[in-house]
Parts: sequence; C-alpha cells; structure tokens
Amino acid sequence: MLAKRIIPCLDVKDGTTVKGVNFINFREAGDPVELGAYYSSEGADELVYLDIVASHEGRKTFTELVKKVAARLNIPFTVGGGINELKDVDNLLNAGADKVSVNSAALRNPKLIEEIARNFGCQVCVVAIDANYERGDWYCYMNGGRISAGKRLCSWAKEAENRGAGEILFTSMTHDGVKDGYANDALASLATFLQIPIIASGGAGRKEHFRDAFALGNVDAALAASVFHFGEINIGELKKYLTKEDINVRI
Amino acid sequence: MEVAIVKYNAGNIYSVYYALQRLGITPVVTADAEVLSKADRVIFPGVGEAGTTMEHLRQTGLDEVIRSLKQPVLGICLGMQLLCSRSEEGDVECLRIFDAEVKRFIPERHADKVPHIGWNNLLNVKDGLFDASLEGKFVYFVHSYYVPLNEYTAAVSEYIHSFSAALYKDNFYAVQFHPEKSGDVGEAILHNFLDR
Repeated sequence: MLAKRIIPCLDVKDGTTVKGVNFINFREAGDPVELGAYYSSEGADELVYLDIVASHEGRKTFTELVKKVAARLNIPFTVGGGINELKDVDNLLNAGADKVSVNSAALRNPKLIEEIARNFGCQVCVVAIDANYERGDWYCYMNGGRISAGKRLCSWAKEAENRGAGEILFTSMTHDGVKDGYANDALASLATFLQIPIIASGGAGRKEHFRDAFALGNVDAALAASVFHFGEINIGELKKYLTKEDINVRI
Repeated sequence: MEVAIVKYNAGNIYSVYYALQRLGITPVVTADAEVLSKADRVIFPGVGEAGTTMEHLRQTGLDEVIRSLKQPVLGICLGMQLLCSRSEEGDVECLRIFDAEVKRFIPERHADKVPHIGWNNLLNVKDGLFDASLEGKFVYFVHSYYVPLNEYTAAVSEYIHSFSAALYKDNFYAVQFHPEKSGDVGEAILHNFLDR
C-alpha cells in the first residue's frame, strides 16, 4: 500500500542551512548535505531544499549544493526557490534534483507549469502555494507571502493541476509558525478538488498534527521544518507513532 | 567490474550514476555499442515518454544493441517498460524482451491518483534481485504506466490493483521502481544485481 510521506524542509542561504538546529553538533547542522543525510537515516521519505535568497551569485552555490546532495542521498529530493524559467529547471535537474518546486514564478507566468511538464514530465513539477485565510476564503501570495496574487487557493490549485502540476505543496500562512496543527479543513477540501498528490505545510507542532493532516486533511505527505530542526520531533519516533495510529508509513 | 549505463535522451541517468558510486563503482555512461556489449553489467535507466524514447533508440540503433546484450541487464522505470513488447504511452512497439504490454493506470476511485508517486511495498519477491529479507519492504515509485502481472513477474506491488514491480527473463532484469532512490533497500537490490 502506498505510504504517507514525511518531508523535512531545509532552508538554504549561501550554501548553509538556516534556522537554528540544536540537536546535532553545529558543524553538521549547518551543512545541508549532512543534515539531509541525518534526516534520511532517521526515516525521512523525501527532502525539500529551498534556496531562500536565490540571488544571482547564490544560484551557482545552490546548484553545486544540489550536486553534492544528489551524490550523497539515496532518497528523492525537491529543490525550490528562485526558479523563474525552464533553464533554471534544466540546471537543477541536471545537477541531480528529482523534482523542482515553483511558486511565485508560476503565479506570474502559469505557462511555466506546462513547459516544465512537457519537457520533463508532470512528476517533476511541484507547485507550491502560499495562501492566507482572509475575508472568508484562502488567497494566494507571492514573494514569500509579501505580495497578494489575487487568486483563490482552490481555483489556482486546480489551474495548476490542469496545466500539468505533479503535486501541490500548500503552505497555510495562517497556520505557519503557530505550531497548532495544519490547515486540515482547507487541505481536505483541496483533496476533493484535486486528483494529484497534496503535501501539507505550515503548523506542525506535535506528532498528533501529522496524524490529523493525514486522517482529517487527507493529504499524501506532510512537510515540516522547525519541529525537526529543533529536535522537537524525531522522524523515527513520529513514524512509530503514526503506525500505531493506523497511518501507513514507511518504517 | 565494468558497469555501463545506457546514455540516451532520458532524465535520471546521473541518479543511477551516483547510486553506483555510493556502492564503490564508477560506471561509464555511454551510447557506444562496443562499450555496452563488453561491459560486465548494463543498466538501462530512464524517466521520460515511451514513444519519443523508442524513436530515439531506433534512430541511434541502440534498440538492437540493447536487444543483443548477453550480460546481466537492469532496466529501471521507463527502461523496464521499454523492454516490454508494447506501450500504450505513445502506442509504440518496444524492445520485445518481455512479452507484456505496458498500460496506463486508470483511477477507480477519487483517491486513486495518477501518477503513482511514493513508497510502496514489494510483495512475492523472487530470488535474483531480491532475497527473502526484502519481502514487504518499501521502494520508491514514480510512474503513470504499469506492466500487468505476467509469467516474468518477479515482484508485485499494489496500487489501484496488482502490477509488476519487477520482471526477469534470462539475463534481463527490470524494476518499475527506482532502486537509486529507494534508500538502503534500493542499495541492497543494486548490490544483488551486481552480484548476478
């Protein structure tokens, strides 16, 4: 049976993992390759590496990092941040990434999704959506949540699917950082609209939140950053807990 | 040991390259018929579309090169599908090693998503690429087309319905999943292939 996936997300700036990490020694924690290998050994099913600066000079450093990750890790990984055109996708896939995630660039130029799908296959194209709950609905944002895109979550997610997205990574800005659980209602309604896998993001604070994302939000995968980086949740223990709660995960 | 990876217009070749490096082997990536035929092991990887890929293999003559290989050959994902007789993807005749037809997954319920992406169990594994310790283990799949169960099926997986996770025939081995992305289980499978 297809397993539900647990995905740690690593934010990378100038080749170094940002956000504090205090459960393994500092040198390893700052090295995105070592940290990824650590998560993989704990049972992570996939990893996401986000280039949070994505400046022109930073781009080369990030591509070099992707090569090192590909050489070291034996699980799939997605890369994102600053992907604006097909050439960026080509570079990152050639460096060894399995998938790319596009966010603001896809909102500005939705045809980018079709181009990625046509050139590299749907399975490569993760469309990341940041949305905030306001005025009774979910609205999409660009540029790391700073600029309103004027689109509603469900309609944009459906459009992305129709254009060839392989997966939707939905981050609730309303829940992100609050550590009080994922946006399960919104995730469940997305799951009824879409026919592609959904990755939940934003709000994980306790093990129960992962269970709820799978059991109530009907998602295929759950992504988190700080609870893993700060050692608040160990992936191996999380998966044992989920198994006891009848959620099928890879152990 | 000389391991050759068939170079053609498909993605994913370097993931396999890196996976072999982790096992201590530096493979050659080549489309050269002589290098391929002399290698101790040949890996035929691939992510891509069957129709255009078959056309590329025919134009370059790689189709006949692959068919004539005598050493252990491992097809991965699209590589496995192209070793079958036909694919619905692009409605194309393939390399006809395995007498089986590649079909598209048809969802039966809303929860059945295509492509089948993620970790799924290996069932009914047969000796060769697998040993009994790998029964039930998770491996990583990404595919929209599948090979139905047939006389060459060497491992089964379940998604929407049962399908072939692996095929064997003579010196040809093939897996639908990605051993190069399947953690320690995948490494064990690659290791077993190199030991054939």
